[in-house]
Amino acid sequence: MARSISRRRQIVVTLLAWAIGLAIFFPILWTILTSFKTEAEAIASPPSLFMFDWTLENYGEVQERSNYFRHFSNSVIISLGSTLLGLLIAIPAAWSMAFVPAKRTKDILMWMLSTKMLPPVGVLIPIYLLFRDTGLLDTRTGLVIVLTLVNLPIIIWMLFTYFREIPGEILEASRMDGAQLWDEIIYVLTPMAIPGIASTLLLNVILAWNEAFWTLNLTAAKAAPLTAFIASYSSPEGLFYAKLSAASTMAIAPILILGWFSQKQLVRGLTFGAVK
Amino acid sequence: MATTHSRVAARFMLSPAVLLLLAWMIVPLSMTIYFSFLRYNLLNPAIDAWAGWSNYEYFLTDPAFFAALTNTLLLVGGVLLITIIGGTLLALLLDQPIWGQGIVRILVLAPFFVMPTVSALVWKNMFMNPVNGLFAHAAKALGLQPFDFLAHAPLFSIILIVAWQWLPFAALILLTALQSMDQEQMDASEMDGAGPFSRFFYLVLPHLSRAITVVVLIQTIFLLSIFAEILVTTNGGPGYASTNITYLVYAQSLLQFDVGGGSAGGIIAVILANIVAIFLMRMIGKNLEA
Repeated sequence: MARSISRRRQIVVTLLAWAIGLAIFFPILWTILTSFKTEAEAIASPPSLFMFDWTLENYGEVQERSNYFRHFSNSVIISLGSTLLGLLIAIPAAWSMAFVPAKRTKDILMWMLSTKMLPPVGVLIPIYLLFRDTGLLDTRTGLVIVLTLVNLPIIIWMLFTYFREIPGEILEASRMDGAQLWDEIIYVLTPMAIPGIASTLLLNVILAWNEAFWTLNLTAAKAAPLTAFIASYSSPEGLFYAKLSAASTMAIAPILILGWFSQKQLVRGLTFGAVK
Repeated sequence: MATTHSRVAARFMLSPAVLLLLAWMIVPLSMTIYFSFLRYNLLNPAIDAWAGWSNYEYFLTDPAFFAALTNTLLLVGGVLLITIIGGTLLALLLDQPIWGQGIVRILVLAPFFVMPTVSALVWKNMFMNPVNGLFAHAAKALGLQPFDFLAHAPLFSIILIVAWQWLPFAALILLTALQSMDQEQMDASEMDGAGPFSRFFYLVLPHLSRAITVVVLIQTIFLLSIFAEILVTTNGGPGYASTNITYLVYAQSLLQFDVGGGSAGGIIAVILANIVAIFLMRMIGKNLEA
């Protein structure tokens, strides 16, 4: 078989894959390394990769100067809050469409998907004005509401594709045994649905954490999550590479770790089940 | 079989989601349509006269609109070109037997999880800055003149940044599709003497075509609305050199407070996105029946 020459090939392919992988990852690695440098070393020429005096002072200073943890907790509250609220609305909806399909179920699903395709600038002005008039501008509540609605179609779709895979015969069997609707939900469906719900939660926390249209346009200082806080480093006086790197590292680290767990769900969730 | 009881319950469970999404879609969108026919500026709220089609006329004949439309198409097209070709090659590479494949996958996927403002600022400051960026250091080391990316090639630079963020997405989806390929068919064609290129063009590419279409459509939806990357790198400049339609509408409405003009632009953006959306919905709708 042709597989016998494959050892040398595997070495070449491995080296190539590692080189490309490291190149793609390099900007993130560089950011993490720079966060441990002093400001002077961060812009030194020629720059050094590892040989510098490692320091943690940037992390302390970012917190001290700009109250970093307020923005961090804004991010946590907004992304987790909007995801949980979304799940609360989406679980019953996806459950009913997956197990009690009606004639129009497909149309309803497609229509829900179509709301996700509405470009945000199409509704920017009304939302901005409504928020201004109701005092929701620059509040965490306001962002939780908007991000819940923005991600609701994705949440429903993801749950629907998971629920659809739960075999209907199990339900019929439990119904024959005389189970009521609520017994069915609590004892039969919930245990089978938990993995799907968990992956949906994971992916949507990631999406909400990184959302950068509404968070930038609807917050100022108070409710600004990390996306908006980091954006404030774009001003010229914010050209402190080491501090920018420290703030960035802390902003992306939790999501990088969550993201690595969600690789498979990512494909299913973001293609609305079209690629599995 | 569903009983009437459970059917009523099902409708009851579905209604909150439907009503909320209906409200989210209809209320603001009809407000935008209404505003787009008004002469309405937040700086001068006393004037809110009926404007007819003049906002649309103003927006569509503004030279900035054509610059923004061209930039939007270049941005979407450029990023798609890089991510689809790069993503296919990357997926083919990662599908091979590699030592430490899991780690390489993680490294490749990482940029997708970086928030847009972080990736844009890291690229802008630490790589593309003409004085202190890594590219400038590299150019000086080679005895070349450092290039000011964001001043002289702003749109191209933004395309690079956005492509870096979306390449992992394309690669991951295409890799997932590759892994569902029929290995026996590949082995058989290899034994029949098909070379790697003919195998790629006659077996792999047709198998990937569906996944590629999905990647193109989904990325297009997101790429039409690129905003944060432009806001923190160039603010749409110099001039309108890196303004896309999303950014133009934002500038018109929240920087110039022109509600009427901004709304007209928003509706135009909605129409453009709809054209793409129709194709995407057909693709996904087909899958729903399978």
